[in-house]
Amino acid sequence: MSATTSASAARPGWWPRLRRNHLAVVGLIILAAIALIALAAPILPLPDPNATDLPARLAPLLSPGHPLGADQLGRDMLSRIIWGTRVSLAVGVVAALAAALIGSLIGIVAGFYGRWVDTALMRAIDMLMAFPYLLLALAIVAALGPGLLNALFAISIVNIPFFARSVRGVTLGLVRRDYVDAARLTGQGDFAILTGEILPNLLPVIVITLSTTLGWMILETAGLSFLGLGAQPPQADLGSMLGEARALVLVAPHVALIPGLVILLLVIGINLVGDGIRDMLDPRLGSGGLARPGAATAVAFDAGSPTPEPPPAAAALGVRNLATHFLLGGERHKAADNVGLDLHAGECLGIVGESGSGKSVTALSILRLVPTPPGRIVGGAIHHHGQDLLGLKPADLRDLRGNRIAYIFQDPLGTLNPLLTVGEQIAETIRRHQGKSRSEAMALAVDLMERVRIPDAANRVSAYPHELSGGQRQRIGIAMALANDPDIIIADEPTTALDVTIQAEILDLLRDLRRERGTALLFITHDFGVVADLCDRVMVMYAGRVVETGPVRDVLRDPRHPYTRRLLDCVPVLGQPKRALNAIPGLPPAVNRLPQGCHFADRCDRVIERCRTSDVALDPIGPYRTVRCIRAREP
Amino acid sequence: MLSYTLRRLAMIVPVLFGISVIVFLIMALIPGDPALAILGSFATPDNVAKLRQDLGLDRSLVEQYVVWLGNLAHGDFGRSYSLNRPVIDEVRERLGPTLLLAGASLLLCTVLGLAAGVVSAIRQYGWQDKILTLLVLIGLSTPSFWLGLILVLVFSVQLKWFPVSGMYAIYGGGDTLDLLWHLALPAITLAVVATGVIARLTRSTMLEVLRQDFVRTARAKGLDERTVIRKHALRNALVNIVPIIGIQTGFVLGGAVYIETVFQWPGIGRMLVTAISTRDILLVQGGVLVVAACYVLINLAADLVQHMLDPRIGT
Repeated sequence: MSATTSASAARPGWWPRLRRNHLAVVGLIILAAIALIALAAPILPLPDPNATDLPARLAPLLSPGHPLGADQLGRDMLSRIIWGTRVSLAVGVVAALAAALIGSLIGIVAGFYGRWVDTALMRAIDMLMAFPYLLLALAIVAALGPGLLNALFAISIVNIPFFARSVRGVTLGLVRRDYVDAARLTGQGDFAILTGEILPNLLPVIVITLSTTLGWMILETAGLSFLGLGAQPPQADLGSMLGEARALVLVAPHVALIPGLVILLLVIGINLVGDGIRDMLDPRLGSGGLARPGAATAVAFDAGSPTPEPPPAAAALGVRNLATHFLLGGERHKAADNVGLDLHAGECLGIVGESGSGKSVTALSILRLVPTPPGRIVGGAIHHHGQDLLGLKPADLRDLRGNRIAYIFQDPLGTLNPLLTVGEQIAETIRRHQGKSRSEAMALAVDLMERVRIPDAANRVSAYPHELSGGQRQRIGIAMALANDPDIIIADEPTTALDVTIQAEILDLLRDLRRERGTALLFITHDFGVVADLCDRVMVMYAGRVVETGPVRDVLRDPRHPYTRRLLDCVPVLGQPKRALNAIPGLPPAVNRLPQGCHFADRCDRVIERCRTSDVALDPIGPYRTVRCIRAREP
Repeated sequence: MLSYTLRRLAMIVPVLFGISVIVFLIMALIPGDPALAILGSFATPDNVAKLRQDLGLDRSLVEQYVVWLGNLAHGDFGRSYSLNRPVIDEVRERLGPTLLLAGASLLLCTVLGLAAGVVSAIRQYGWQDKILTLLVLIGLSTPSFWLGLILVLVFSVQLKWFPVSGMYAIYGGGDTLDLLWHLALPAITLAVVATGVIARLTRSTMLEVLRQDFVRTARAKGLDERTVIRKHALRNALVNIVPIIGIQTGFVLGGAVYIETVFQWPGIGRMLVTAISTRDILLVQGGVLVVAACYVLINLAADLVQHMLDPRIGT
């Protein structure tokens, strides 16, 4: 039972969350107003909705005694509308509840008992779904005969599958949970498990399905009545009023149009509330959807942020005081802060850190590929051969992307488009930047695939990503990056998703390509072993900041920052299987709640009082080395 | 592709079979004696017994079903007593107009729904998105039979741009242009709700796809937004949208019943409504069976299109 409350306990109650959704509140007001008036019909001072008064027939709107006019028999429209709304609302709600009850029951039984029970019930449900929605309802009404109750049955039956399907899906998931097994072991019977453990967890999905189907059910019952198959005179709902007045629409449009308008309002109210409920219970299904990342990271410098020093023009890539922050729920996450780096032509710089250290955000910021929202570059300078990248126009930025500076991403399955052949995806970037024809670009793509050592490239060029192995997909990613012979390749953990032998092959490939072409490489990894293997210089990041930089050999031999030291302790050494791999205890601080002083202080074994009192600067301890630690010069 | 098509074709056999069972059961479970219903309350017991035998009602339900299915296989859907002609002839005559109406609506709702959804997604929270979201909400909540009446009042009666009803002009006309002119209002009315559904789904699917890593890869290549949206995002979104368009045909075919009634369109929907009022059960049966079979075939087509779009499905 505890499992049912745990998910919702942490969040505010349903009412405050629903109230924040203004549209849902509007829907709730519409719905409440209509329902209240309909419920109050017997005590309102209304004329009898069935009292005919022929002299008043087809009285227009705002006639004396008939504010909404009168129908073809002189019956008061206002009274008829209110009484008709009562009927429509009642029928819709009853049909919905009946469908919810029966459908959920079928879903629970199918999901809980599984096997042949599930197969039999779900095949039957599939059969019902194989009919066009309204047509099945018509067939049922045809069999039972016209009438409001029969229309209610019909609409209810055709909606059962929606409940059965969604409830079964959730039940199937729940049955496999531990606490259901636990309940079984304690000797609880099926019924007790169903009502005690499973039913409470099904309520959200039942409510969600109700919120989507209730509107349809009211529309469709009104529709059946409109066709003359639902409410029969003298009984009237909104649909039958509309249907009966249809012939008079030229003479007295209001008699036909007002009932329809009320249906529209009613269903809008239901749908608004339903959207609100779905947003609340399942944000992914909701109408709002997820925020869409823009084409380039927004650059919006904080007021009063210091003017960054210009990076040296000699560097292929120069970054100074880069700050990329994420604005999430009103809080500022300093994903990368005050980051600086230089990358010279032909050089390989490794960026090392745990996940969340800001290394990927730094790399993505260079060509402004950090998603906005929520990301934003709030300060700093990024220069490419002296050209300011943060001030570039979108078109100029695009000319640079994939052309002079190219990326290789982690997880080549997710980063390749599943619907395009790998050849097309390589050729695409060639055509974009070199203006080649389709066939020329495809021929170049085959060359590139051969260069990254994909066997049988001429055939593999028309393969889809899912048809290649992980290592081959990563080679495609590399071929794509090489396509326009860039000066700089930024590789973001390109070997993380691969197994060790493939990893070694990919690293060999990158090393060879660098030697052949003199491309500068910015290599992001969490693995010091890879850095030692490939890079000239290394930069260690922690909690969004640079904590140590220097030539790889020097840093490996003599790490000066305690964090770097601990990272190096994590690297397994060949031939020393007994060496203890000391994982660093504790977690990095959350980048939205950075402590004062050194960010590593809480995990550091050399921490002293002074570490926590003021910010620690990056200290140049040698001609090529910097360290962000006040004890860096101590032995 | 061929093997997938064949496999998918084989899968519709049990579905069609199931549909026939459901239709048969609904009709067999009609309360009261159909023979009595046909002959009226003044029939003699002898006559009723004779008709029961003619209709096969004295046999078991399974036997009745087998005979009925055998007749269906020969194209014998029985005889409509209210029209006094074979059901199959009537259905065949009326299927064309219904498919034309549904097809036109489907075309409209696909094009408009996709366009609205894509614009909404790439202008998320912008004014275009807000207006479209509002329109979609209204579209989803509109009783189409009521909207049809309003459109007739405004565009046919007041503005006289379109005819009030029917499929062809009574005098003259009869050409394609005349047909399209008559088709416009009913097709638009029928498309409104489905457009809303497709627009909503397209918006949320596009937003989901635009967050995926391969879209970032496309941008990292320097492609312009137009290419990123169309070639990379929309194509991937379509894989999920196409089956929903298939399912929307079900709602369109059902909604056609209202629209055909409002616009006096000579299709199966209007035939069904009349047949239900006159209790012409065999006509209802025939109409429902044929439309349901069309719906199954359309969903098959949607699956095949999805398969063409997505190389990962089947093989």
